[in-house]
Amino acid sequence: MYLGRSLSKHFMAALLAGTALTVAAPASAQVEIQWWHAMTGANNDVVNRLAAEFNASQSEYKVVASYKGSYPDTMNAGIAAFRAGNAPHIMQVFEVGTATMMAARGAIKPVADLMKEAGERFDPNSYLPAVAGYYSTAKGEMLSFPFNSSSTVMWYNKDAFRKAGLNPDAPPKTWPEVFEAAKKLKAAATPNCGFSTAWVTWVNIEQFSVWHNIPIGTKSNGIDGFDTEFKINSPTHVKHFANLAELVKDKTYVYGGRTNTGEGTFTSGECPILLTSSGFYGNVKANAKFDWANAPMPYYPDVAGAPQNSTLGGASLWVMGGKPANEYKGVAKFFAFLSDTDRQAKLHTESGYLPITKAAYEKVKSSGFYNANPYLETPLKELTNKPPTEHSKGLRFGNLVQIRDIWSEEIEAALQGTKTAQQAMDAAVSRGNAMLRQFERTVTR
Amino acid sequence: MERRALFGGKLLPYSLLLPQFAIVVVFFYFPAAQAVWQSLLMQDAFGISTEFVWFENYSILASNPEYYKTMGTTAVFSALVAFLSLAIGLLLAVMADKQIKGATIYKTMLIWPYAVAPAVAGVLWLFMFQPSLGMLAKMLRGWGIDWNPLLNGNHAMILVVLAATWKQISYNFLFFLAGLAAIPKSVIEAAAIDGARPLRRFWTIVFPLLSPTAFFLLVVNIVYVFFDTFGIIDSVTGGGPAGNTTTMVYKVYADGKLGSDLGGSAAQSVVLMVIVIALTAIQFKFVERKVQY
Repeated sequence: MYLGRSLSKHFMAALLAGTALTVAAPASAQVEIQWWHAMTGANNDVVNRLAAEFNASQSEYKVVASYKGSYPDTMNAGIAAFRAGNAPHIMQVFEVGTATMMAARGAIKPVADLMKEAGERFDPNSYLPAVAGYYSTAKGEMLSFPFNSSSTVMWYNKDAFRKAGLNPDAPPKTWPEVFEAAKKLKAAATPNCGFSTAWVTWVNIEQFSVWHNIPIGTKSNGIDGFDTEFKINSPTHVKHFANLAELVKDKTYVYGGRTNTGEGTFTSGECPILLTSSGFYGNVKANAKFDWANAPMPYYPDVAGAPQNSTLGGASLWVMGGKPANEYKGVAKFFAFLSDTDRQAKLHTESGYLPITKAAYEKVKSSGFYNANPYLETPLKELTNKPPTEHSKGLRFGNLVQIRDIWSEEIEAALQGTKTAQQAMDAAVSRGNAMLRQFERTVTR
Repeated sequence: MERRALFGGKLLPYSLLLPQFAIVVVFFYFPAAQAVWQSLLMQDAFGISTEFVWFENYSILASNPEYYKTMGTTAVFSALVAFLSLAIGLLLAVMADKQIKGATIYKTMLIWPYAVAPAVAGVLWLFMFQPSLGMLAKMLRGWGIDWNPLLNGNHAMILVVLAATWKQISYNFLFFLAGLAAIPKSVIEAAAIDGARPLRRFWTIVFPLLSPTAFFLLVVNIVYVFFDTFGIIDSVTGGGPAGNTTTMVYKVYADGKLGSDLGGSAAQSVVLMVIVIALTAIQFKFVERKVQY
């Protein structure tokens, strides 16, 4: 090792020694489990309540939940802490970071191993397949614990539909129908916008591919190996972006940006149709001053087998490696506590997170909850629409945070008109592949 | 007449130098050396596997057309921000230097923006120009301008330039104001008596006497636009659309912090460091000659 590393390690050790003295003393009675998360607002309350309930349910372990900023911030904080030898036990990582975490075999503890070693009951088959598949290896070994999950749905403004002479109870099912409806809406109800999408790559590349059962990349979208290559310049992808680039000219389509900052255009009534996360529910419920609903994502009817099933957004809990066995026992107990059917059902109905186990879904379904709250079931219907195929069980690409930015750049170039859809998607593939090769190289040594 | 402090031995002067030397080493040379070292490595996010790759990170950069694009973007962005913030700062300082009512309040108000963090400044401007909610965006739309920084690269560039300039004007204003206060009134009065009009007085007397301040500010502003503006870009455009506002320092941040590619990011920061050192050297060699101390 070089001088810089060992020097900074000494610095860190000295710093940590100072804090450890003050922190470690009272923990002798209880084993502390550090849980770093990225939840804000109402979801932050849910996290804190879960920790408090678990702590009250037993006296051996104490889960300490700490908010560490946005998803990327939390992940970076965890990575930095790991490099300094001070990682938390549990780290909440967004779905984009899944491949990076999975590749870091020395840094993480697979959840399946954790539960087995601690002797906790754990059946991967009890989870919804679309959920479990996303966080499992190609061999079906579950590596992280699904926590908050969502999927893409189409939100629409029923009042605007009425104003434009459209049937608010029969939302468009296919993309051509969406384009038609958007043109009518723009002409009659909402002059500045026909429809919009948030999370542009997640909605228009990742979910779009999965929903149409066409590959995002080879090797089952990267799940079967790091030597995967992107396939997002297929005729269907190119056609979709060519359509968007055409429609953006007269604002039938309005570009909503790379993240969810454009979601406000729906709740303000400016955009009558918006494709975004089902997790938008709480925001719509609180802020939309009109009659609204959601529906499954649209699809192109000429693509065979569409619609397939959707995939996840959201985050899972990763257990970091190198901790003593008694602490892992506490983590396992906490995960068992979280998987409990009643608790999952309650979490789902109260927070709007998707239930992650089949039993919890069935329980909520049979209780008749969805009759009164159909909008919470739309993403579940999408996720379970058909049994997942190799193109739809999930995706796993290293460097996906950067790749999404590259894709966004290329999509923006297509929408600006500086590139054709074909040129943009070809560049998205070649630039994305370069990132994949770099990732493959750093993780397979 | 030589001014030289007398010390009995070598121990005392060197030990007096030591604290300063230690600060420079710990906070400047050590991190810079680490960046250089990191730029020769390829590493996964967790630092589990590390490979010494010599200059491969640099050759990857050199063969990346997007990287050259960020250089062009940086040149445009830096030139605009440095010029605008210096020019407006000077203009405001000259105005504030006059005998006017409420001058203190006026000056204080002008200094305030400097206390605003870059990311906050970015968010402020973002709100004003947000296409669907922003007040100024609505006004532009009322004038028939299709304001859309999310897709129009020029609009996005205007927005980050405005935010970055606004943030820096106060600083320049403050220094120009101090520089103006140091100019002897008698010189200006003499020129006035000789019949020089205000504009002529400014260009022949005030501006040359301000040149040390202006030169200092030029160096500081260049460093500011090259290094300190990524917070603004991150919060306003995230480098978009289509990379139209991705400057070099923003790419360092995005690749290193968001993308966990420390080697590539370090290589970029070394390149950036070399460019800024070169720019500063050029300024000292050529521009400083014209400065009248």
